[in-house]
Amino acid sequence: MLGYVVRRLLLAIFVLWGVATVVFIIVRMVPADPALLIAGQTATPEQVASLRQQMGLDRPLTAQYVQYLGQAVTGDFGNSYTHNVPAVYLIGQVLPNTALLAVLACTLAIVVSIPLGVLAALQVNRIGDRLVTTVSLIIQALPGFWIGVVMLLVFSRSLKWLPSAGLVGAQSLILPTIVLALPFIAILTRLTRSGLIEVNGEGYINTARAKGLGELTVVFPHAIRNALIPIVTVIGLQFGTLLGGAVVTETVFSFPGIGKLLVSSIQLRDYNVLQASVLVIAATFVIVNLLVDLLYAYIDPRVRLSK
Amino acid sequence: MAEMRIGSDAVTRSAAASLLSVRDLQVEFTTAAGVARALDGVSFDVSPGETLAILGESGSGKSVTGQAVMALLPKPAGSIVGGSIVYDGLDLTARPVKDVRKLCATEIAMVFQDPLSSLNPVFQVGYQVAEPFRRRLGMGKREAWGKALELLKRVGIPDAETRIGDYPHQFSGGQRQRIMIAMAIALEPRLLIADEPTTALDVTVQKQIIALLADLQAETGMAMILISHDLGVVAQVAERAAIMYAGRIVETGPIREVYDRPAHPYTRGLLDSIPSAAEIGGRLTPIVGSPPNLLALPSGCSFNPRCPFATDRCRTKVPALRQPASRGSDHAAGCHYSEEVLADA
Repeated sequence: MLGYVVRRLLLAIFVLWGVATVVFIIVRMVPADPALLIAGQTATPEQVASLRQQMGLDRPLTAQYVQYLGQAVTGDFGNSYTHNVPAVYLIGQVLPNTALLAVLACTLAIVVSIPLGVLAALQVNRIGDRLVTTVSLIIQALPGFWIGVVMLLVFSRSLKWLPSAGLVGAQSLILPTIVLALPFIAILTRLTRSGLIEVNGEGYINTARAKGLGELTVVFPHAIRNALIPIVTVIGLQFGTLLGGAVVTETVFSFPGIGKLLVSSIQLRDYNVLQASVLVIAATFVIVNLLVDLLYAYIDPRVRLSK
Repeated sequence: MAEMRIGSDAVTRSAAASLLSVRDLQVEFTTAAGVARALDGVSFDVSPGETLAILGESGSGKSVTGQAVMALLPKPAGSIVGGSIVYDGLDLTARPVKDVRKLCATEIAMVFQDPLSSLNPVFQVGYQVAEPFRRRLGMGKREAWGKALELLKRVGIPDAETRIGDYPHQFSGGQRQRIMIAMAIALEPRLLIADEPTTALDVTVQKQIIALLADLQAETGMAMILISHDLGVVAQVAERAAIMYAGRIVETGPIREVYDRPAHPYTRGLLDSIPSAAEIGGRLTPIVGSPPNLLALPSGCSFNPRCPFATDRCRTKVPALRQPASRGSDHAAGCHYSEEVLADA
């Protein structure tokens, strides 16, 4: 178990190195000059040149790469060009917001979708099931940004119940949480339903019934624990994605999270912030995936973590 | 009068003596291809402490019989459409599934064919064996765990103290079936239905499991229904046998009588196709043809296309179970020509 974790973490270092390299290359391939952008249109060519030198952008790419990697290992990604504070500091300011949003959205999704999925599975092809599957299919088909905009129009603009942008207290979290959770609820409900229906034909479910357990006791815990593997996979992937910042949703709601920071760093050609954000997002994803794999072994004792 | 009623036309065995009394049971399965009659007029009795073997090929309806008693027919495809299942004076077919399962939990237990898939892979065996105590008797966690340990020792799990926390995949096939049996006898049922309990196991282990069931029966006095396709396995422990073919009981009687003097050509075919140690090198005599499709049963006797004795009468009229001339009153066969079959031996 411990050996497995260590091996996975070593592997993660390679993954992150790959990510760092790809980001570095892509950023430099974009035909835009951050120095020009920062200096402004009124700046003289000399001013731009000196700024570029100051930012180290005039040095050969290999030298920049080596310096970038060397600093990244120590957690130093350089200063933000636009805010002139360490990139890591900017990330540290917005990451907790994104994490809070991710946890809220995931919790809401799990709390709503598992009971709905169980309900649907318990009355397959009857009215409750049809209703749940149809509604979740519709939600899944709607694009997230559209749901976000509509909710903004209804709840902030027309009804004026909730704030429309930024993070000004707990109310600001309500709409983004719902918008992020909705498609997730749809997927998870359908997955819970199909997982339970599949498990329903298994011998141990018959054994549980033969013990005289009621249908609900058959589901909790006998069926659900077996249906949980695909559910946990999707929860893990989705949570990892949300932690990496819901770029679209954060932009729609002007939510100060890492997704929005990423978008603005691209717009401003703020290389250091961009590189740092991407690496942080990648690292979160890798760690969440590792945690999901560890969780498998906990849920299903047949899973061996030795390979 | 200990007469036996089989089919709708025979006389009833004294009802007071039997623990389970199945009468004219009809079960249908609705499939995309049509309605299959999985059980057609099945009747039998099981007295307290007695062992009845239900024998037949796959698809003959022997497992469906067990499922029907336990209210475990796959829903919504399978349903009981006629007849009665009277347990201890209570007609189970007239009760909601929920009540039947509740009753079965403490009175009737079942052991299934494949112990690996019948044990929940993600729970410790101790948890699963302790579950009846906790859910049905409301026992505390620790007390139930202790009971589970006792049971595991009783069914012969070596080193039970440490193994109680293991998971099903960590046990051998025979041990898994022992665990299933431990779970089944937890609440000391009065009737145990074992559905092909040895089919998934090695030959040597088969004998041990059957011996274990016989021992437990001797200790507790429970009645048993042993469902099997293997006539040899059940021979030592069962008192009576019921042979099933295409959803009907075609022969029934004391197991020795049925084995020694089969009065139905199908029973005889089954016995002839058992490889015996005395005839190593000899050829087996298989039953020609294959079991019929339940969606398209032949007219008359379902066995007629495979039967060496078949006549036009067999192709038009379904034979009722009856006592063949010269046989005891508790031996019955569903064949127009039982006397000829017996004389031919």
